[in-house]
Amino acid sequence: MLDQIARIADAGAAEVAAAATLDELRAFETRLLGKKSELNDLKAKLGGLQPDERRTVGLAFNDARARLEGAVESRRAALATAHRAARLDAERLDLTEVVAGRRLGHLHLVTQALERLEDVFVGLGFTVAEGPEVETDWRNFGALNFPPGHPARDMYDTLYVDYGEPGATLLRTHTSPVQVRVMTSQPPPIYSVMPGRVFRQDTADATHLPVFHQIEGLVIDRDITFAHLAGTIDAFTKAFFGGGFASRLRPSYFPFTEPSAEFDIIRPDGTFLELGGCGMVHPNVLANCGLDPEEWQGFAFGFGIDRLAITRFGVDDMRDLITNDVRFLRQF
Amino acid sequence: MKVLLSWLREFAPFDAPVERISHDLSMLGMAVEEEVHIGGGLDGIVVARVLELRQHPDANKIQRVTVDAGLADPVEVWCGAFNMAEGDLVPLATVGTTMPGGMEIGRRKILGEYSNGMLCSPRELELSDEGGGILVFAPGSAEPGTPIRDALGIEADLLWDLEINPNRPDAMSVAGVARDLAAYHDLPFALPSIQHPGAGPSTVAGVRLGAPDLCGRFTATVIQGVTVGPSDPTIARRLTLLGMRPINNVVDVSNYVMLELGQPNHPYDLVKVPGGVLGTRRAKDGETLVTLDGVERRFTADDLLIVDRDDRAVGIAGIMGGENTEIDDTTTDLVVEMAWFQPLAVSKTGRRLGLRTDASSRFEKGCDPAGIDRAIGRFVDLLGGTCEGTVDERGELPQPVPVRLRTARVNAILGTALAPDDVRAELEPIGFVVAAAGDDHDVTIPSWRPDCAVEIDLVEEVGRHWGYDRIGASMPASAHFGELTVRQYERRAVRRALIGLGYSEAMPMAFLAPGDQARAGLGDDGITITNPLVADESVLRTSLLPGLLKSVAYNLSHRLDDVALFEIGHVFRRPADPAADLPDEREHLGAARVGAEAPAAVEDWLALAEHLGLDAGIVAATSPGLHPTRAADIVLDGSIVGAVGEVDPGVLEAFGIAARVSWLEVDLGRILDRSYADRPFSPFSRFPSSDIDLAFEVDDATPAAVVLDAIRNAGGDLLVAVRLFDVYRGAGVAPGRRSLAYRLRFQAADRTLTDGDVAGARQGIIAAVQTGLPAVLRA
Repeated sequence: MLDQIARIADAGAAEVAAAATLDELRAFETRLLGKKSELNDLKAKLGGLQPDERRTVGLAFNDARARLEGAVESRRAALATAHRAARLDAERLDLTEVVAGRRLGHLHLVTQALERLEDVFVGLGFTVAEGPEVETDWRNFGALNFPPGHPARDMYDTLYVDYGEPGATLLRTHTSPVQVRVMTSQPPPIYSVMPGRVFRQDTADATHLPVFHQIEGLVIDRDITFAHLAGTIDAFTKAFFGGGFASRLRPSYFPFTEPSAEFDIIRPDGTFLELGGCGMVHPNVLANCGLDPEEWQGFAFGFGIDRLAITRFGVDDMRDLITNDVRFLRQF
Repeated sequence: MKVLLSWLREFAPFDAPVERISHDLSMLGMAVEEEVHIGGGLDGIVVARVLELRQHPDANKIQRVTVDAGLADPVEVWCGAFNMAEGDLVPLATVGTTMPGGMEIGRRKILGEYSNGMLCSPRELELSDEGGGILVFAPGSAEPGTPIRDALGIEADLLWDLEINPNRPDAMSVAGVARDLAAYHDLPFALPSIQHPGAGPSTVAGVRLGAPDLCGRFTATVIQGVTVGPSDPTIARRLTLLGMRPINNVVDVSNYVMLELGQPNHPYDLVKVPGGVLGTRRAKDGETLVTLDGVERRFTADDLLIVDRDDRAVGIAGIMGGENTEIDDTTTDLVVEMAWFQPLAVSKTGRRLGLRTDASSRFEKGCDPAGIDRAIGRFVDLLGGTCEGTVDERGELPQPVPVRLRTARVNAILGTALAPDDVRAELEPIGFVVAAAGDDHDVTIPSWRPDCAVEIDLVEEVGRHWGYDRIGASMPASAHFGELTVRQYERRAVRRALIGLGYSEAMPMAFLAPGDQARAGLGDDGITITNPLVADESVLRTSLLPGLLKSVAYNLSHRLDDVALFEIGHVFRRPADPAADLPDEREHLGAARVGAEAPAAVEDWLALAEHLGLDAGIVAATSPGLHPTRAADIVLDGSIVGAVGEVDPGVLEAFGIAARVSWLEVDLGRILDRSYADRPFSPFSRFPSSDIDLAFEVDDATPAAVVLDAIRNAGGDLLVAVRLFDVYRGAGVAPGRRSLAYRLRFQAADRTLTDGDVAGARQGIIAAVQTGLPAVLRA
């Protein structure tokens, strides 16, 4: 019987090792190790043997079974490896043949600058206020301490539209009307910035656009001083431009602020960038917006965004911002 | 406003370094736009005598020149000019000189021989445009070695071009700038002393002051025995440097007094002013005058004119004189007008005529009515002649009232801790008369500061002279936090979603040309700009379509056809309520994809809507500008919020676009106000789901969306998802009909479905679709 077991094991192992496919291997496995296998038939005869002979044969039987199982597993592994290798070889791709198909879009340069400015001011504790681009003369000028016929109106080349009384409706020349909207619609304290599109009667050239973008800021609270204005401008400067930058205020004139100032950014190399205007909100403006100037005071500031945005990337013609050439748009 | 250092020094002994003065002018609010070193850039250039001229055998364009430059040894140079002779005096730029144009003079070797400097032409010295040859000085005019600045009599000076703000009428004169700067530098300041004693009332001249609301003071001074000729060289030189052409002594003194003291004035030839009478009156509507610049001007009743005895116009008050009374070479007697005109009126007339002069820019800001007397004296002192007398008439002048300045208010606004004496110390040196009133002050405004009328004006003056850079900087102390609104965050989400869909953001010109709207199929021009600079930028858009199509056309014309652009921008319509104070203005999103058909835009919209959590369907409809059979409205909560589809081929043709363009435009405000931020999480089932497919044959006129709605409505709670996955036309389907195949997923929230559940739902859906629609289930 021992011989018989050895013969089955030897023949079986040889067959398994020669199996060419996983299916063939599975068939051999069933025949050699399944319920109806030759080994199982022999196993049924174990009961008829003497106890010590039964142990010897039993051991041989287990050895044979283990040997066959081992052969199956090792053949299966070999076949799986070969199968995988064949598949991988068949699926070989040259990925450098791939050409760009889909593309993601790009945010406009001005939007990127605007969002970054908003984020810096949000970080400094400001909310963001918005308003319409077509405005009343009162919100754009009147409420801001420009009486009708005031020569300071000449500083703004205003575009008027054919709506309402002649001269009553215009394209906002600054985002200050949003300041008026905020002051007349919510009680102080106010800490807000007003980004947006503004309009001037101007010809588009390398350094001017009739339509451009500004961000203004407004703070109204009790006990707000010019020193707070200087501190806020400086905090913005360092947050937006970098720690090596500083700011400076020098006297200027705007009808809606007094004292008024221009603010310059001082670059690390000591050169200046004239950025914008600012000042303490004029008492007349506060009163026009229904606030008592003896109770509330504050500051406002504002500057253009488009030139700031293009300077950063060395773009020297502002018209590139409105041509929408995709070779321009895709660079940012 | 231009000022010269030498001129400023006539009023105060400025001794600070130039950089300090420049800095301080800016810090006083007179921004330095340009700083010019007069006579600068000539260091190292000396007079030299030509000793020998020698032709080089290998060069005919240049010659060898030996000069005596006042040094121990002669200097040899190469020179490309041949206009000088031995013995001539010429300018030599020595080695190491930086020329006015910036070029450095080095020691250069040509044909093996060194050039130890350069002989200069007038152009190279920036003295004139003359570049044809070397500058040759008059024989014996200077010794060799003399710096050419001395040889030419060029006085070193500094010129500043200052930007003067509208609230600084006092700084529209050299003396006024000096007053402000002297106070800042703690230097004594004095106006020019007047020698002319004043001659009393004139018996020759007369003044008829009309329209006293527009003319606050009018003086006419007669000066006799004048000889018209060239000006004193200093006066001529200063006028030239400040940008005015010297004409003759009378005109030059007139300009000089205006620049120095800020008082515009006008000299008339007495012979041309009958009876020496000058007056003022409002113009008659349509009245005309040819002004000094030779232009005929037409007036309205708001304009103030200067007239003569016969009521003939001889000038526009405060702006420009007439041609008819101009000074000429034969003039010997003058009548000089010095007046104060109402600033707003001058500004209005100037603006209407498009005429801004040195005089009007001063009257507009507000001149000093009390400064006229000094200006008359200065005029007589500088011109000479005999002052016969002055007629002086008054109209309505502003009467400044003292202003109470609270020290506490100064500190509350500026954030300073100034004592009452500090406040006084900043105001008095610039002419304010300050009287203590407890801790506060009553301040009398000087006549040259009409811009100061209320307390805050004085706070600014204190801050300006205390120094903005000394006020300090701190952050507001109160607690406040910053954030974007939901709508602002969502707008950013929209932008990024579009970028993910491959669109780049465009910002086309926000104005359209007349007819652009019509070309885009959008109807008439709507709201327009009444004073456009160019007609092509005069229309406010009602849709983002024309602007984006122009950008598309631009790119295609540059052979850039892989283009997908979006814009977020405002559009304007006349409002439903005509009494509204503003037009109907909305923020729109527009998106165009070149080379794509309508379904691409629908897919983009569905992706965006899904991203924003919007349950917004589309309904087939025509939309202005869009392809009539390839367009749909976007509907949210039963109202139309946008349109999607493909641009009308006719519109594309009108914009010169040869490709198809898909289009999406929505009212961003409407969708952002409705988007996902406030929508609660909806839980999904954890039990197994079961899918079935159903295909219906439907005629082409029945939209797929209708079939989908019918399936959804009949599906009940168990139908959790349904999707159109195939559209088939062809064999087996009748012409004019198509097969729409849907995959349906059933799932219960609380149990595993049975076969019976699904079969029941399936039957219900089939029955509902077949009864409700002209649709037949396909086997």
